[in-house]
Amino acid sequence: MTKENSEYLIERYDNVYEVVIGLEVHAQVTSNSKLFSSSSTKFGAEPNTQVSLVDAAFPGMLPVINAFCVKQAIKTGIGLRAQINKKSVFDRKNYFYADLPQGYQISQFKYPIVGEGKVVLDMPNGQKEIGIERLHLEQDAGKSIHDIDPQNTLVDLNRSGVALMEIVSKPDLRSPDEVSAYIKKLRSIMRYLGTCDGNMQEGSLRADVNVSVRLKDSKELGTRCEIKNVNSIKFMQMAIDYEANRQVDLIEEGKSIDQETRLFDTKKNETRSMRSKEDAHDYRYFPDPDLLPLEVTDEFIENLKKDIPELPDDKKKRFIDEFKVSPYEATILVSDIDTAKYFEEVVAKMGKNKDIKLAVNWITGELFAVLNNKNLDISQSPISAKNLAKLVNLIKNETISGKIAKTIFELMMDGDKDPQIIVEEKGLKQESDPKALEALIDKIIDDNREKAIEYKNGKEKLFGFFVGQAMKASGGKANPQLINEILKKKL
Amino acid sequence: MSDITSQSLTSLVNNIKEKKLSSEEVTKAFVDRSEKSKELNSYITEDFSNAIDKAKKFDEKPNFDLKLPGIPMAVKDLFCTKDIRTTAGSKILENFIPTYESTVTQNIWNEGGILLGKLNCDEFAMGSSNETSFYGNVQNPIDKGLVPGGSSGGSAAAVSGQLTPITIGTDTGGSIRQPASFTGTVGLKPTYGSCSRYGIVAFASSLDQAGPMSQNVEDCALLQEVISSYDEKDSTSIDFKRDQYSKDLTRDIKGKKIGIPKEYRVDGMPKEIEELWKKGIEYAKDCGAEIIDISLPNTSYALPTYYIVAPAEASSNLARYDGVKYGFRAKGENLIDMYEKTRSEGFGAEVQRRIMIGTYVLSSGYYDAYYLKAQKVRKLIKNDFDEAYKKVDAILTPSTPSSAFKIGEKKNDPVSMYLNDIFTVPVNLAGLPAISIPAGHDAAGYPLGLQIIGKAFREQEILNLAYAMEDKINFKNKINDWWIK
Repeated sequence: MTKENSEYLIERYDNVYEVVIGLEVHAQVTSNSKLFSSSSTKFGAEPNTQVSLVDAAFPGMLPVINAFCVKQAIKTGIGLRAQINKKSVFDRKNYFYADLPQGYQISQFKYPIVGEGKVVLDMPNGQKEIGIERLHLEQDAGKSIHDIDPQNTLVDLNRSGVALMEIVSKPDLRSPDEVSAYIKKLRSIMRYLGTCDGNMQEGSLRADVNVSVRLKDSKELGTRCEIKNVNSIKFMQMAIDYEANRQVDLIEEGKSIDQETRLFDTKKNETRSMRSKEDAHDYRYFPDPDLLPLEVTDEFIENLKKDIPELPDDKKKRFIDEFKVSPYEATILVSDIDTAKYFEEVVAKMGKNKDIKLAVNWITGELFAVLNNKNLDISQSPISAKNLAKLVNLIKNETISGKIAKTIFELMMDGDKDPQIIVEEKGLKQESDPKALEALIDKIIDDNREKAIEYKNGKEKLFGFFVGQAMKASGGKANPQLINEILKKKL
Repeated sequence: MSDITSQSLTSLVNNIKEKKLSSEEVTKAFVDRSEKSKELNSYITEDFSNAIDKAKKFDEKPNFDLKLPGIPMAVKDLFCTKDIRTTAGSKILENFIPTYESTVTQNIWNEGGILLGKLNCDEFAMGSSNETSFYGNVQNPIDKGLVPGGSSGGSAAAVSGQLTPITIGTDTGGSIRQPASFTGTVGLKPTYGSCSRYGIVAFASSLDQAGPMSQNVEDCALLQEVISSYDEKDSTSIDFKRDQYSKDLTRDIKGKKIGIPKEYRVDGMPKEIEELWKKGIEYAKDCGAEIIDISLPNTSYALPTYYIVAPAEASSNLARYDGVKYGFRAKGENLIDMYEKTRSEGFGAEVQRRIMIGTYVLSSGYYDAYYLKAQKVRKLIKNDFDEAYKKVDAILTPSTPSSAFKIGEKKNDPVSMYLNDIFTVPVNLAGLPAISIPAGHDAAGYPLGLQIIGKAFREQEILNLAYAMEDKINFKNKINDWWIK
């Protein structure tokens, strides 16, 4: 199954290095309220308007676990084909910071809710499995804002206490491209499950990236550096590229790599030391005495399994089997749950005599181009699946030509218009009456006698000229296949 | 009026129900006596005029179905009270006014109780003499210059000095039972999970438990009935069937088996404590109980275990007092400097000592040797009780290894101070209920208490035992109102 993917190697003189990467992804749980309080988690609210007494750590306030967040974490664990731990423990991670009201973060240290699992990546050269070490639940901190007031740091506690899933991968990733594929796959799985919206701009998905390098074929791991809190795939890739090269340079200079935490400066495109291992926080983890160990029953887990939708890997397999799309197309169609939904709706709406291949081409071609241009998600598509299905059917049953279809497609975007109505209103129905077309072609041949003779004498390139003339004369509506047939006969 | 303040809670309730007394009369009597008792320094915050207003309102529209109809009551300043300053005896919360009410106090107000004020206590309930309070020492009504015990020292002094008919304290390692013993009053630490911790300023979350403090066992049972409730806002609250403690109270304890743990005969224990214990055993026998010698082999590890677990949790619980959100804030050059100054100036020496101990035992490299080991020992201590309870219904011990000591006597000797808790901490570590009842006097005439430890959730059983023994002991507190000029 595992094939060597397009390798990302760093060469210096005779030495060839490979990069070893592990990711700690922080994914915000999709939930209306916080992990231990009933405050709203809605993004973008006025600062400090979604803060309960618990979130702000008032004296005597106690955390109460949000059962929905627990379900979300378990569902994610199931999606990652991971071990679900029936007993897990919440610990306190103690450190002081202005945006951490309790002076500790409630997290899971020794006993996470989800254990080992795996994620399968579709790389250009085949599939690759990435191991999942664990997934645990924890609280997010608030936000320190340094650039509003010249003297003071301001604190917004809206995010304080929001539920996060920390998903820790094994050090199985070997290139920036694999990291990109991994994040996208993780996001895709969570979006299918509805457990995390994966919105990186809003901070719903962030990652700490652990990078080390070693000589290719070496079995030992090198000293790693952790790049903290990178919030876009592009930055992750840039940070890894910079960091891996920095480490290789150090080794080549005969220097050693210090285990440390680094920050990625997106403006300068470089990583910088934040704190060394010696300065690392001693978090003094211990079980939170305000919370009992979290215990779930087999029945609870089984019930959640019933709620698990078809996930990308299974969907892809089904698309290939059922719709005969190529693995490449299937990968694209399932990568995002909304794309998959759209595609399946188009297929359903096309009815019996459907051309799935054609539908796929329209979705991944014209539609994706439009969405890209307008920076829209497919869920916001200006053309509904129903109308796209109609358009594909109009092509399939030869009511319109592919060329006309493109014109109609443009018109459809204005208020999701029904293509059938556009065809009728604009009289764009394809001319497929052989008699009418013959008459039209006779006239063209008549008007271009000399060229017709040249064609007969072997200048075959001129065939295209006649097709063009015929299409032009019909206002683009002529059935191109018929035109071809008639021209061949007549010339 | 003094006639009113010397009445028990039960008789005040009856007098109000029978309209022999109004809530206003009762409230005014306790306010008057409290006003005259400033020297005891029992109160941190008084709410007297509000209390009288509430009493008048009660009298206008009395509801005699309530369990505490128009009864005024001062509470330990560890309970958050809505719109009333709550300090936990600390400078760091000097200006803190909660916008919310603790579940336990809310239960009291729901049954007709009226807040008189907030009672002094050791800072964050860390202390055994009330000397760590930022708001000064509390005088024991028994004698001038005597500590009332701690940490619920203000509460014990207020009940014993009749400044409040009844009160509530909190008990993490003995903070209800030890001051009750020092002041000749009754104090109950309920089973962990019986009373909600919601809205109580946390000291050590796995040990903290609120409980009633009273002049007699009957009053104690009534208040326990009011304050104990299952609360979804506290994840460690336990949903068990709570008895009608006051209604079901009985002196019939015939055939009950009472265990006497040999390990509680500690070295250097004063003779009078030994004598008291012997007398207690005789009283229990007189009541028809059967005495059985038992062993709690890990008792000697309880105190060191407690002084690892409690500071560890405290060091984390007190991290929130950082000057950022509420409470005292010192000026600093930057965030770290502000933290350091706020916490150095805001916390007293004992609190700082425990934060440092707690931080140390949780730090990497020491965690396994201290915190983890302490947790294991805690389990052993609990197992000791489980074993013992296969043979007995309850356990009888002295409450404290000595009577009340002089203010200042142990202030600079933390270890000697910690030894005060030697008989009480195992109970907290095991999460069990225990009651201290006054049982005699030492040579100086200072009260001494006996502790009855019960099975988990069997508050009724120890209340009954205490009720029966109280009758035989017939204790009279020797209080001469020395502080009232």
